[in-house]
Amino acid sequence: MSSESSVTAAGEPAIVRTAPGRSSRARASVGKSMRDMGVLVIFLGLFVALSVSSDAFLTSTNLLNILDQWAPIGIIACASTIVIIGGSFDLAVGAIAAVAGVIAARVANAQGVEIGIIAALVSGAGLGLVNGLIVTAGRVNSFIGTLATSIAFRGVAVATTGGSLIVVSDTSFTALGQGNALGVKWTIWIFAAFVLSLAFLLTRTTTGRYVKAIGGNTEAARLSGIRVNQVRTLTFVLSGFAAAVAGVLVASRVGTGQAGAATGFELTAIAAVVIGGTSIAGGQGAIWRTVVGVSLLALIGNGFNLLNIAPTWQQTAQGVIIVIAVIVDAWLRRGRAG
Amino acid sequence: MTSTAAHRELIIQLESVDKRFGGAHALQDITLGIAAGTVHALVGENGAGKSTLGKIVSGVHRRDAGVVRVCGREVDYHSPRDALDDGVAIIAQELALVPHCSVMENVFLGEESRRGIVLNDRQLRHRYDALIERTGFELPADVRVGDLRIADRQKVEILRALARDARVIVMDEPTAALSRPEAELLLQDIRELRDAGTTIVYVSHFLEETFSIADTVTVLRDGRLVGTVDPAEVSIPDVITMMLGRSQIVEEPRRRDPRELGPVVLEVEGLARTGVFEDVSLRLHAGEIVALAGLVGAGRSEIARAIFGADPVDGGRVAIEGRRMHFRSPRDAIRNRLAMLPESRKDQGLVMGASVADNMTLGVLERFSHFGVARRRAEREAARAMAERVAIRGGGLNSPVSLLSGGNQQKALFGKWLLAEPQVLIVDEPTRGVDIGAKQTIYELLRELAAEGMAVLVVSSDIDEVIALADRAVVVRTGRIVAEFQGDGVDADRIMRAAFGGHRAPDTTENEGIQP
Repeated sequence: MSSESSVTAAGEPAIVRTAPGRSSRARASVGKSMRDMGVLVIFLGLFVALSVSSDAFLTSTNLLNILDQWAPIGIIACASTIVIIGGSFDLAVGAIAAVAGVIAARVANAQGVEIGIIAALVSGAGLGLVNGLIVTAGRVNSFIGTLATSIAFRGVAVATTGGSLIVVSDTSFTALGQGNALGVKWTIWIFAAFVLSLAFLLTRTTTGRYVKAIGGNTEAARLSGIRVNQVRTLTFVLSGFAAAVAGVLVASRVGTGQAGAATGFELTAIAAVVIGGTSIAGGQGAIWRTVVGVSLLALIGNGFNLLNIAPTWQQTAQGVIIVIAVIVDAWLRRGRAG
Repeated sequence: MTSTAAHRELIIQLESVDKRFGGAHALQDITLGIAAGTVHALVGENGAGKSTLGKIVSGVHRRDAGVVRVCGREVDYHSPRDALDDGVAIIAQELALVPHCSVMENVFLGEESRRGIVLNDRQLRHRYDALIERTGFELPADVRVGDLRIADRQKVEILRALARDARVIVMDEPTAALSRPEAELLLQDIRELRDAGTTIVYVSHFLEETFSIADTVTVLRDGRLVGTVDPAEVSIPDVITMMLGRSQIVEEPRRRDPRELGPVVLEVEGLARTGVFEDVSLRLHAGEIVALAGLVGAGRSEIARAIFGADPVDGGRVAIEGRRMHFRSPRDAIRNRLAMLPESRKDQGLVMGASVADNMTLGVLERFSHFGVARRRAEREAARAMAERVAIRGGGLNSPVSLLSGGNQQKALFGKWLLAEPQVLIVDEPTRGVDIGAKQTIYELLRELAAEGMAVLVVSSDIDEVIALADRAVVVRTGRIVAEFQGDGVDADRIMRAAFGGHRAPDTTENEGIQP
């Protein structure tokens, strides 16, 4: 992108000739950088504080552990970012993860581990498609629609297990959740792959641009000839698929499929997205922001553990941080409008 | 003062009332008396100040200077609530009712009968019955307002005003959303109200109905009072002349001879959408600028949207270069090289949070991509070239489009649609809310595009704009094409007369030059 950097170096592209825009632009760039930096500053501050106050924190074992723990939620949060930028919410991801874990375990016992995993991923994408169609073709508000399907999907998971745990007899099932490559857990590699590919999707592909346009102004997107329903459905399929991957990882980690797995993941994921600074109003946001959001939540949890603070306060702290993030979001939005 | 009102007491008196909105002088030096127990109409073009005047009387807006007297007493209302306490109510264009509540609940909203905090339903019902008896309005108490026809909802509004003992009711375009028969019913209700002693300030741009109901008509133009007349003594064309009275357009644009134009590229026949517009037939030639003129609410934007496939239609056909089209979505239209700049750039045109460049290329991203991956350099080059062509000022390609001025946003929107390389370009209110400079740029651009062979359909309620641009003007009134003017026939006076319905239209002399 050499041409782009030369543009940035020159300050502004060639079409700028008049001065009046400058002050508002400056204001916007302050707002933008605060939006950019705010969460990063908090994250780095916490990182430094923990490094100083705890010897155990800044060790590769601890950091890789945190990443491994948070990888499933991170994967879901990245996909949720796309859904939210597109102007919807997907509250069914936790339930889809549970269904996927259960299906993976059951099919693994019947047909083998590989087929089990494939079946889980396909059904995750399929349930995502169901969500997408309910929201687009069915014209149901995504919040309500996926809240309803999350209940139904969780029911499917319970019915599939018959209420008990499904232990996978083939121990190779645990390779994905417990194994590693180059000293780094597979879960982390998969999380990294999601981050990179979804970031690419959002920033470099036409689909990514359409998602942003739809979330920013649905009517304008429609009048621009974008297949709004198709793109929006795709975001749900993606979200369902990501949830299934997370569900398989969770099941694989413990070698069992259980209907109660991944409970509450959807809300933690949305929290991570919002903390990162992606707009809940849709249209704007980025995958890296969500990575920072997830990392911040992870650090809070880890820090509380290392410093031996009661877990109760951990939840309180998380809640407060989410509220602050949303207030800052609204505040910056007003600043931009004014 | 007219004979009918001369002996009546003046319930409202305005003296040298002035009102500004930002830089715009909405009302200047208005001195006017409104007689009690009459229907006093305020008429004028779009933006003449008639609604503003109605809103000042009813406390929605505050005057900047001058005196307002109600019943001889000087008043200074801070809100519609103040005015209502004084017996002056307004029924706005957008009705302020709670659709899920019943008629009775709406009528007495905020003034419920109660014992302590418990609603006294029986007493409320007595009051409602008394009100119905007093006014003679037939309206069931328990029907949900959302289930009523719009005309009946207006009755609810009127009842609400009467329940608060309003002596003066300001009605702002009360029939704009009504069908003909519904409007007749409402007019009848208004006559009854007047006969019962209520004073009505009637704001409307429908002259025929205004003449059928008003005792006195005050004409406004550009925020000034032109005159107050007795409708029994003047004709509608006289009033239209008062309303227009415009200075002649300085620059006489060159209208192209039909022989210079290319073949027909867009053909619309018998297009209809029930209750919105009907029997709309249009032809656009390559290189021609056709204006769809008319009043706000006449159905012009709806026609444009239907041609573009943004709204469904109930009948008729659209053809491009003789090929019949079935536009089920804007996407189909765009693929057949039809483009539309929508009426509201903020709500329908631009993604305000996205950058100028992203907005411009949004409709044509597929052209700048390999297997779904955007080729950013090519895209950026195209956006930059287009930004220069439409002369966007005041913001970089990467800055959010929301930071641009209205005129430059509109130019960005033009750039976006020109990138789609349309054959037919529909522009809906292309210069609404833009400054003079940007307006000229946009006019030049449209003329240039037509000269290059594009067919352009301009939807505009700005008569000067129609005059400045159109080779041909098609006038829409209440969902129908009522007149068409070509060449030298494109004339402000004639277009406005057709738009206001100043005479029976269309007659043959108007249709000179219509294509066979």
